[in-house]
This record gives sequence, structure tokens and C-alpha cells, in this order.
Amino acid sequence: MNRPFRFVAVAALVLLQTSCVTLAAPPDSSPVIVIQNATILTVTKGTIERGSILIKDGKIAEVGPTVKAPKDATVIDAEGKFVTPGIIDCHSHIAIDGSVNEGSISVSSIANTAEVLNSDDIDIYRDLAGGVTTGNILHGSANSIGGQTVVIKLRWGQPASKLPFEGALPGIKFALGENPKRSNFGVPGQPKRYPATRMGVEETIRAAFTEARDYKNAWDAYSKKVASGDKKALPPRRDLRLDPLVEVLEGKRYVHSHCYREDEILMLMRVAKEFGFKVRTFQHVLEGYKVADELAAAGVGASTFSDWWAYKVEAYDAIPYSAALMTRRGVLVSINSDDAEEATHLNQEAAKSMKFGGLTHDEALKLVTINPAIQLGIDKRVGSIEVGKDADLVIYNHDPLSAYAVVQKTLIDGRVLFDRDKDIAGRAALEKEKKDLLAREKAAAKKSDEKKGEHAAKPGEKKPDEKAKPPSGDQAAISTNGGAQ
Amino acid sequence: MRMASMHGPTLVAAVFSLAGLSAAAQTPQAATTYAITHAKIFTLAGSTIDDGTLVIKDGKIAAVGASVEVPAGAQVIDGKGLQVYPGLFDSVTQMGLSEIGAVSSTVDSSETGNFNPDVVAATAVSPSSEHIPVTRASGITEVLAVPASGGFDSSGSRAILGGQASAFSLAGWTMNDMQIKRSVAMVINFPIIQTRSFDVATLSRKERPYAEAKQEYEKNLNELTEWIERARHYAQAIGHGGPSDFERDVKLEALAPVVRGQLPVLVFADRARDIRNAVEFCDKQKLKMILAGGSEAYQVKELLRSKNVPVILRPVLTLPVDEDDPYDRLLNQPAELAQAGVKFAIGSFDNSFARRLGQNAANAAAHGLSQDDALKSVTLYPAQILGLADQIGTLETGKLANVIVTNGDPLELTTDVKYLFINGQLTSTDNRHKRLFEKYSNRPKP
Repeated sequence: MNRPFRFVAVAALVLLQTSCVTLAAPPDSSPVIVIQNATILTVTKGTIERGSILIKDGKIAEVGPTVKAPKDATVIDAEGKFVTPGIIDCHSHIAIDGSVNEGSISVSSIANTAEVLNSDDIDIYRDLAGGVTTGNILHGSANSIGGQTVVIKLRWGQPASKLPFEGALPGIKFALGENPKRSNFGVPGQPKRYPATRMGVEETIRAAFTEARDYKNAWDAYSKKVASGDKKALPPRRDLRLDPLVEVLEGKRYVHSHCYREDEILMLMRVAKEFGFKVRTFQHVLEGYKVADELAAAGVGASTFSDWWAYKVEAYDAIPYSAALMTRRGVLVSINSDDAEEATHLNQEAAKSMKFGGLTHDEALKLVTINPAIQLGIDKRVGSIEVGKDADLVIYNHDPLSAYAVVQKTLIDGRVLFDRDKDIAGRAALEKEKKDLLAREKAAAKKSDEKKGEHAAKPGEKKPDEKAKPPSGDQAAISTNGGAQ
Repeated sequence: MRMASMHGPTLVAAVFSLAGLSAAAQTPQAATTYAITHAKIFTLAGSTIDDGTLVIKDGKIAAVGASVEVPAGAQVIDGKGLQVYPGLFDSVTQMGLSEIGAVSSTVDSSETGNFNPDVVAATAVSPSSEHIPVTRASGITEVLAVPASGGFDSSGSRAILGGQASAFSLAGWTMNDMQIKRSVAMVINFPIIQTRSFDVATLSRKERPYAEAKQEYEKNLNELTEWIERARHYAQAIGHGGPSDFERDVKLEALAPVVRGQLPVLVFADRARDIRNAVEFCDKQKLKMILAGGSEAYQVKELLRSKNVPVILRPVLTLPVDEDDPYDRLLNQPAELAQAGVKFAIGSFDNSFARRLGQNAANAAAHGLSQDDALKSVTLYPAQILGLADQIGTLETGKLANVIVTNGDPLELTTDVKYLFINGQLTSTDNRHKRLFEKYSNRPKP
């Protein structure tokens, strides 16, 4: 897949998706599991050779050379294998139903990815099979101020309502540069949209926050009146577009801003300072290495690509050394995917920062685990293998910072949601199911052909939609046809 | 700049870093004879030499073996602890034809119109492309530049007869120095029955009835058939008389080697149905077919094997075609094709991501392909498939000295290319990315 215009490609992918039946929800009680004989890469507490992890109630209960496992615990023998915390993808567009861009207006803060989550998106399973357990599900980059965003866990098999990461602060997507100013495409029949320059992008954001500040003041004044016992006070008119921006001003919503060039990075930090909010992460931030000191001083995170470059002018100065250079200068850096396929090998993408810029093994692994967890404000729950944290874990057959590493199992909340052996073992049955369904469809089509003339098919009549799906770990035995949603 | 072999290692390092200082340094005027000694040499032709010497002279591999003498006057590179391989060969790229995908003035990869057999990639390859040094630093020493082969193209067109692909080495002052073979294969984007498409202009999915899509497919196929048949008649006419006897046609002339079976066709097709149609077409027209893309080649592996059609696979790091395909469908495919006896190579199909070539081959190895096949799928096999194995693909005497010296497995993410030889010249691994890294690493604190 070529990747010149991420937001376009992703939109295409999402649009081409067809829906299918959800798996039944797993039973509520989570199993007691002990993973034994593994090389445990804890990320924050060093590496344990031939260690064990005890999992209870979805959490990591014990970690060490040995653990006290109850007799009835399910044992996973990880002899010769490597365990890491689940991969956290700080820039994802999976699990979104329909287009990722509300591309009509330059300030689309009214749109919210959390409201259009699609738990049937097969990319959830594919990324889970690549070790991803948490994703920052972002709106696209068509607008200076894009839509609201949500952090999810890749709980394959659960309904959409169970995907959001409990307690994770919501976000909002901003976008700077070529995409919001529509440098590389136009919409036929529509006039050129403001902003069309980086100058205009700044003013679009300033204008929106000026409005939001007035709106906030109006609400604050109203609240004050109510508090002082004024029963006649009229509340200001609600503005769903400005509400999320007020949350940004109040520090209740993170700003994740798509950007490329150094000038626009400094611009948004300047605007944020003017209005008294903080940018949580710069996304892509391919020229972040040029202003690493400024990013570090402002305490803004950088979530970047491993080695993408040259697909457009603003990506021409991108370098694969950027993650390492920014890390060395004190920036909190993560490596993200922006793409369902790229997400399946983020461990490999992190490894490249050892070659390009000389990060250590631990530093490289942090780029896709604890660092994105800190950036998303969920590091107390995930991002490392520590007692008390969520049992979101990946078991690899090889050192994960290698092109030869293959994910064997992925656990979320202490449940095995991806199991490579079971996936492979289940393929023959799925293939058969697919064949049977096709045969049934063909037979039905034949029958309807015979009936032609008697009942003309109504236009838009729905066909049975029962696509076979890969099994998900411990739910492999559960029928693919029973389902919520 | 000649020096005694005893002083080799340090002095060569000096030459090397000097070359690195100059952005334009591609073929420094250095000695023409080199010897890499005490290295583990993966010749890919017979067994690996654990402690061997490789001699490069006048651009070619002059000797390779366990007990090869270092010629007098050769620059010596101490290869102790290092490994020597043929440079990697990326067999589908738009290298030199496309600089920045989104900027059409920097893109020369797709000509307008549906039938352009006469256009040749080598004509438009820019030797100054920044992609070239970036790519060679990853151990890729030669590429095939393929017109109308995708990448992002603002015109959106992909000609059915796309033109001629050219093979070249990734260093040299002009294309004359770099070119390995000007015309390697004729590109065909095989007509497909396309009911669904994505319209970039309106960011929306477009669908049309099957009958309409089929009609267009048949029209395109008929046109392609006509071109081939006219070319066959034209070739016969050339055979019977001089050009003065008839009106010349440059497009048909370009197709003459194709219908004579001298120039293979590089046919892009991914879905099983399209591959079957393409194989049937080439079989009927007696064209020498190489399949490119091949996402569903595994479904037609018996056909490909029996018709002797080799495949250049798109990156294995690609999502499956269908929602209900196994998640690792493309990762497993190389192993499955190897098992079935289908000849294949792996290409990047890109420029920016060309340096992921080794990563893709390693991922195929992680999913069941042998290590030997994985390495050959990006060296020897593409050379064989494209008819260039007499010049590149292995470390054998007489072949072009496109050679890499690494500190490990060249397919692994963390391996460094320590020395790079292209056309027998010690070539800098300096590039735009390294220079920007060094520049901003040295930025004083504000």
C-alpha cells in the first residue's frame, strides 16, 4: 500500500468495509493465568530471564523469577518466548464506522469518533494479532480543528460500548499544514476553503479559541450567578462546537495535533500559550527533530513515524533518526501507525530507532509501550509490566525488536484475545463455513432466478450478511453467529 | 590513490569518510582494485565461505574464495567479524521517476494514455534523486524502475501498456554509468473487471454495475489484443524488408521484441481471477510473462508453476485483500509459493519504502520461508526472473561488483551496511537523512 495521503487512504479503507456479525461477549469472570519461563521485558523494571507473571482479575498480580500460582491457574508455558506490555498505538483510525473526516468545515469539533465506533472492524483483530492492545482513535486531518477522539482497548468480540479505555481523558484532533489547507486535493464543485495557508490555519485556531474563551466566560458568569442564589439567571445557549474547546481550556481534553514542519509546530505552541492550554502530543511531527529543545522545554509529547518520508513536500525533510534525536534531547516520543497495516508491526518500527540514532533496546521498546501510555495519560494502568497494572500483554516467539518476531498471543485485561495457534487451527473450519455459505447463496440465487417474473426483487433488498471471521483467542469455540450489537 | 595492502584498513576508512563529506560523491576517483579479507562471504552460489576474500577489480568481481591472494596494490578492507553479500535488488520501484509523490512536477512515472509501449524508464530517471543515496544506504545496490507501476500519481492513470522498465545501479554520475539494462521488461497493467473504485477527488466510493465493468474490461482486453496482433504483423514485416519498405511506427516497433519473445512482459495483477486471465492471455499470445503484485498468487500457484510464470510479489507487509482472509495471508504467501515450486521475488513497489525491502523478506522468513530463499528473493531471484543473473544476484567471478559488507543479517532491522560497493567503487552511505541528522544533532541549545 502506498501512503501519500493517509487520511484519504484510510477513508477509502473504512468506506470499503462491510459490516458483519459480532462474536458473543466473553464470560464476565476473567481467568487466573500464569505465564511461565518467559523472557519478560517489563520496560520500566528491567528484563527478567526465565520469569513468570501471575494474572488475576484482569490485572498483573505478581511478576518475578517465580510466582505463587494457585493450582487451578491456566498455565501458559512461554519457554524461549518474550513477553512485553501490550503495544499502544498513539495514532490509529481503526474501528471507525464510515469516514474518518468530517471534511466540510475547518472547525469540526462537533464530530466525535467515540460516537461511531465499529467493534466489527476486522482491523481490530488484525492489529491485535500484531500485539496492539490500546489505540488512540483519531479523527482525520482535513481540518485545522478536527473531531473529538477516544482511546480504546482492542477488545475484539466486545460491543462498541465496551471498547473505550475507562477513565482515559478524551482528546481532540488538530491538523496543521498541507492537509487542512488542502494543498494536494480539492473537492470538485466546492470553492477553495479557508484556510489555504499556514497563516490562515493559525488564525482559524485563534478565532475558534477566542470564541471558546468568551463562551467559557459566559458560562462561568452564569455559574457564579447561580452559586450566589440568582434564580432568574439565564444560561448561555449551548454550543456543541465550542464545548470541547472549553474542555481543552480547562485541561479536561487533550490536544493531539497533526503537523509536519517546524514553523507550524512552534506556531501551535505559541497559540496554546496565548490561550493557556497545552498541546498534549504533536502527531507525525516529522520535523520535530529540528525543534526538539522547544518541544522538550514545553513538555509536549511527539508521536511520530519510524521512516516515512517524501510522500509530500512537508515530509521531504523527514528522517528516520528523528525519534532517537528527540529522545536524546529530552522529548517524550512514541512511534505510531496511522494505518491498520503499519500497526501490525509497531514493534519492528520501534526497533529502527536503534539503527537510526542509537537508542538502547529499552529506549526503543518504550516508544510503543510506556511512552505512548504517558502521552495518553493512561500510564498508571498500562505501558509496562508491573504489579497492579492491567494484564495487557504480548507473547512473541523472538526478541520483539526484530523483523523475525511473530506475535503468539495477545492478552487484554487478562484474557487471551488473540492466539496464533488457535487462529491457524480454526482456519479449515472457517474456510468450510465460507464455502457452505457461498453454496447456500448460489442455491438461493438460482431459486430466485427460477422465480423471476413471479416476484421481482425489490431494489435495495438486503442479502444475508454472514461472513466468516477469524476466531479470537479463547472465544474460538463460541459460534460466530451469536452476537450482540 | 594506491596503497600497500598492509595499510589497507585504516586508509580505506579514511577514503571512505572523505567520500562521505561530499554530498555529490558517488564514484570517488579511488583505486579500482579492492580486497575484502577474512569476511564471512555469502556468495549465494554454493556454500558460504566462513573466512574468505573477495577481490573487486575494474568494476567486476575478480575473485572470491577461502584462499584467494590479495592482488598487489589492492585496497584492503579487513572484513573480520563482517559479512559480505551481493547488494539487494529491488525489482519494482519508481526510483528516479518520482521524487515527491504529491508534487506532480516531480513525478514522471506514469505517462498519459492507455498504450505507451515506447516509453522507457531510463530516459527519465534523475540520477540526482535524493531517494537514490537513501535507498543504497539500506544495502540496495540496484533497482528496476517501472513506469506506470503505481506509487502516488496525481494523474491517476495507469496505462495498460505502461512502457519499458529499466534496471540500474544506485550510484553514478549519469545514467550511462548507472544503467544495467535499458529495456528489461514491458509493463502491462492487465485489464480488470472493476466495479468498485475510490475517487480521490470527491473522497468517496464509487460503484457501478458488473455488466458495465465487464464491458469496459472486454473493450480494454480487445484493444490490448489488437496491439499485440498488430505488433506481430509489424515484426513480420520488419523481418521481410527494410524500414524503407513501410511506414515506421515507434509504438509497434517497441512491441516487436515482446511478440518475438525476446522481451518479457511484467504483468500487474493481484486478484486470482485477474491473474488467471493474464496467464491465459500471455499463453495464447505466446508472451513471456512475469507476474507483478500477485496478492492472490497462492490461489493459482499450480497454474503459475505449470506455465512457468515467475512472480514479483508486492510487500508482504500488506493487509489481506479480503476481510475474511487469514490476517497473515500475505506474510505466509512466499513460503507457500516456495513449497509449490513457483519462482518469486519480493519488491517494495515504492520509493520511500524501498528501504523496507529487507524487512519484508525477513517477515516472510518469520512466516515459514527459508532464510536462504528470503535472502535470494531480494537478490538472486529477481535477477533471474528479469534475465539479469549473468550480471548481478550472486558473488561470482565476472559479475558486476554490487556488493555490501554488513555487521549482520542484511534483512534484519538493526543491521548496518559498513561498506558499499557499486560498480566496483567504494560508495558513500551518506544521504539526505544522515546529513539532516548530523546538522540538527549539532544544533546549539536555544
